[in-house]
Amino acid sequence: MDKFDYKELVYSFHKEMLANNFTLVYEGEITHQITKAFTSLAENKMDSYSEDSTMKKKVFHVMVECLQNLSKHAEDVRILKNKGYSGNGIFIIGRVGQNNEDYHVLTGNVIENSRVPELEAFLDKINQMNKDGLKELYKKQMREGTLSDKGGAGLGLIDIARKTGEKLDYNFIKIDDERSFYTLRTKISRK
Amino acid sequence: MEVIKIRGTEDTPNVLLDAQKGIIEFSGRSLPEDVMSFYAPVLRWIEEYIESPNSHSEVIFRLDYFNTASSKMILDILIYFEHLSKEGHEVLVKWSYQKDDEDMADAGEEYFEIVNVPYEMHSY
Repeated sequence: MDKFDYKELVYSFHKEMLANNFTLVYEGEITHQITKAFTSLAENKMDSYSEDSTMKKKVFHVMVECLQNLSKHAEDVRILKNKGYSGNGIFIIGRVGQNNEDYHVLTGNVIENSRVPELEAFLDKINQMNKDGLKELYKKQMREGTLSDKGGAGLGLIDIARKTGEKLDYNFIKIDDERSFYTLRTKISRK
Repeated sequence: MEVIKIRGTEDTPNVLLDAQKGIIEFSGRSLPEDVMSFYAPVLRWIEEYIESPNSHSEVIFRLDYFNTASSKMILDILIYFEHLSKEGHEVLVKWSYQKDDEDMADAGEEYFEIVNVPYEMHSY
């Protein structure tokens, strides 16, 4: 037997998850199948305590857009044979708020440093806009933005900001000269 | 033209394209893995349809959910019918949404701010 102390590790993961109120933590390949599995898991869970339908829709929406961003825009996106796209990243959903009445979705993935300035400028642009500005930006992007072959068009991030009414909480952590770790936290509050 | 009927799944909508009746209908959920490959045949059918359309076209959207990638496809579909309407053909777009789904109602209104086509909003 090796000396690997899995007990401590498993126990500490368990405690971390409870302490942070994380209901789902996943690190690895994000595919369409994963997206479907996680969203239906979350839906079933929310049904089990009769979550309000507006909240349910918002959580579902944010989850789909975040997971699709990971699967389509993460650095190591691979095109699977007949299976669409997959990217690697971390995906977390948890409860927040005084009585844990709200939700947040946290994602992280590696991106090339050269892509950081453009993404950061886009995120800042979204964060500086009010409701009407975001609506116009979404309409403009839908009209003019050519849907890349991956189906991006930057609509996902604008939509997340619109649906939640919250600023996009993002960060870039430099890994090395080539790559950074991009994190995004989206809060879905009961309003 | 042949009638196209696609049965919806948990991530793709029900689609009905019936040239004889002039009915184009989408319902359910739309978050296909690959939006392009799902909507390309639909758009091709519509392109052909507007060459020799029915005297009255009814375009029905009754979606519970669509993702942002699908939103662009919906716009493309509406633009075809905007052209048809501009050419003097009778077109009516019916946008249905669940009673408490404000986001879906707003999404419809936004489309009709972009696309100039006769429309009706319905809640169910």
